[in-house]
Amino acid sequence: MSATFLGMPGSFPENSREAVQNSQLRFNLRKATHTIRDKRASVVGELPDWQELRAAGKAIKDHTLRNLDRYLIQLEAAVTEAGGTVHWARDAAEANRIVTDLVKATGETEVVKVKSMATQEIELNQALAEHGITAYETDLAELIVQLGDDFPSHILVPAIHRNRSEIREIFLDKMPHVSADLTDDPPALTEAARLHLRERFLRSKVAISGANFMVAETGTLVVLESEGNGRMCLTLPETLISVVGIEKLLPSWRDLEVFLQLLPRSSTGERMNPYTSMWTGAVEGQEFHLVLLDNGRTDVLADEVGRQALRCIRCSACLNVCPVYERAGGHAYGSVYPGPIGAILTPQLRGMSSELDASLPFASSLCGACYEACPVAIDIPEVLVDLRAKAPHAAAEKAGMKVAGWILNDHERLARAQRAATRVRKLVPKRLPGPLSAWTDTRDLPEIPEESFRDWWERNERA
Amino acid sequence: MRVALFITCVNDTLFPGTGKAVVSLLRRLGCDVDFPVAQTCCGQMHVNTGYREEGVRLARHFTEVFAGYDAVVAPSGSCAAMVREQYPKLARPGSRGAAAIAEVAPRVYELSEFLIDVLKVEDVGAYFPHRVTYHPTCHSLRGLHLGDRPARLLRNVRGLELVPLPGAEECCGFGGTFAVKNPAVSAAMGADKTRAIMDTGAEVLCAADNSCLMHIGGTLRRQQTGVRTMHLAEILASTEEAQ
Ligand code: SF4
Repeated sequence: MSATFLGMPGSFPENSREAVQNSQLRFNLRKATHTIRDKRASVVGELPDWQELRAAGKAIKDHTLRNLDRYLIQLEAAVTEAGGTVHWARDAAEANRIVTDLVKATGETEVVKVKSMATQEIELNQALAEHGITAYETDLAELIVQLGDDFPSHILVPAIHRNRSEIREIFLDKMPHVSADLTDDPPALTEAARLHLRERFLRSKVAISGANFMVAETGTLVVLESEGNGRMCLTLPETLISVVGIEKLLPSWRDLEVFLQLLPRSSTGERMNPYTSMWTGAVEGQEFHLVLLDNGRTDVLADEVGRQALRCIRCSACLNVCPVYERAGGHAYGSVYPGPIGAILTPQLRGMSSELDASLPFASSLCGACYEACPVAIDIPEVLVDLRAKAPHAAAEKAGMKVAGWILNDHERLARAQRAATRVRKLVPKRLPGPLSAWTDTRDLPEIPEESFRDWWERNERA
Repeated sequence: MRVALFITCVNDTLFPGTGKAVVSLLRRLGCDVDFPVAQTCCGQMHVNTGYREEGVRLARHFTEVFAGYDAVVAPSGSCAAMVREQYPKLARPGSRGAAAIAEVAPRVYELSEFLIDVLKVEDVGAYFPHRVTYHPTCHSLRGLHLGDRPARLLRNVRGLELVPLPGAEECCGFGGTFAVKNPAVSAAMGADKTRAIMDTGAEVLCAADNSCLMHIGGTLRRQQTGVRTMHLAEILASTEEAQ
């Protein structure tokens, strides 16, 4: 992943400060996340064996990750056998180069895309643009983001931060054939997008996709979606290029059964998604290329605690239940992966050398709602805490924590510190200076008591 | 039953009233309580902020201080969850530390667990004639899975009217050092929580964690709402004579 996601440059606390003050954004996010959250809860509640399914999903993914090398080779063989071509990309630059060369070889200068986070991660659209190739997003929300010169802010609903009237403005401004009396009614907006996209589909000779799953045994790629655009992209063009992270693998066809239950219920709150497309290799008259993307994933795999992030099936359930995401919005995370999963995945994929990436493991109150919602039981709080131990700490904080650790390491020292606090209790100002002002800006401090519990105990029990 | 109290550093220093309430409540129920004076802190703040080494040292201290008791009772869901859920992850499997943790951790109880699961009482003979709403706090809810234990205890308190808190399961925004590291988001979460509390019309907000109450209570006071915060132990300890 490149170090400069087009998102925001500041640290998470800085980025979120602005979002918190944007009441329209907070309203949009609250409404949208709570709606999906409630739908998810009700369809998950329908399944008596949800916890078993979740355990199965976790076990299958863990098994696959442990044997990733073997299954990847099996996948490569199966795809090749079926007439496709497999390319291996170590990082973003390599993946972008491979895709650009493949598109150039077709002689085309336009491609249609079906939502793919991997290509967002490597910033493929920009790379293509540098070579005079225009990429058109076809997923409705992704299209809104693209036309608005904006960045995605949610895994499933990239334009979640936009409301209807904003979308209408974008369409009026950016779609050539839209009439000025377009309303902000969802059906009207959808129809405008449909007409706009239809023309692109029919014209395009090259499509670029991601995949939700790859089946090693058969070399099959699987995409789950709601709008049918994916199917258009996957069937109409003459050349299909799929860019997929190496962790999206499943050993066998049978394993899909578990994930076809886990994913739709967790992500859109539906029992089953409207379109499930599967393709194996190339069909007559078409070309198929699979670009397998590493881009930091094998490093994540090497980390004993952090590797569980690779189980992620990008359902976005953790975003929708996250109280921090709900207030900070997706852009604050400065990555295509926002929310709780972003907070653990991004710093692992990119490292923590930038201020933003170093602040991500702290972008959580550790409330645990994400872990509870995650269909593959990724213990996000555990990974956050582990990453915090690896993140760089400010010198002042380090010193403070050292002192606190020293005091707490011995009860007599603690008692002395408590008595010192009691002596100055009347002098503590209502507003604290320095970093602690963060507390007193919006909250009163608790009163320091006249006597600590331990002194009270000593006085009463030992007397 | 000989019970060790783990009062926790926050209660010890800032909320001694909670510790005193635990003492009087458990004595009323016939327990022989002890406060091992060498105790300090479970290490949660250090571990959760990324200072593992200090945290591990405090965890070691904890297991030494509390070795050998039948039960250790803490008036904090968060600290009890730290010991029971997070300690086992701090020590190398097979090490001496791991053995010490395996020895102590299962005997550490949050107050309501101890009352219901160990002492088997739901009616502790308390009297508190007020309108109360309960915030479950994240670590009590998802770390310890306290479930409805606190509510069962509160429902048996004479005179107490328990009113449901809308969105009770949502985090209040405290999150330890999160409150200082991400003040804007923390404050926004706190503001939403206090709004929900105000909507209930309760006079008192109750929880099993004083740290969350410190954050919510600080917000309630700054907004001059008049709603008081009280630890579960304090409500359970209060009796007709004491009123
Ligand atoms: S971490 Fe879990 S809940 Fe979040 S997107 Fe991934 S699979 Fe879904």
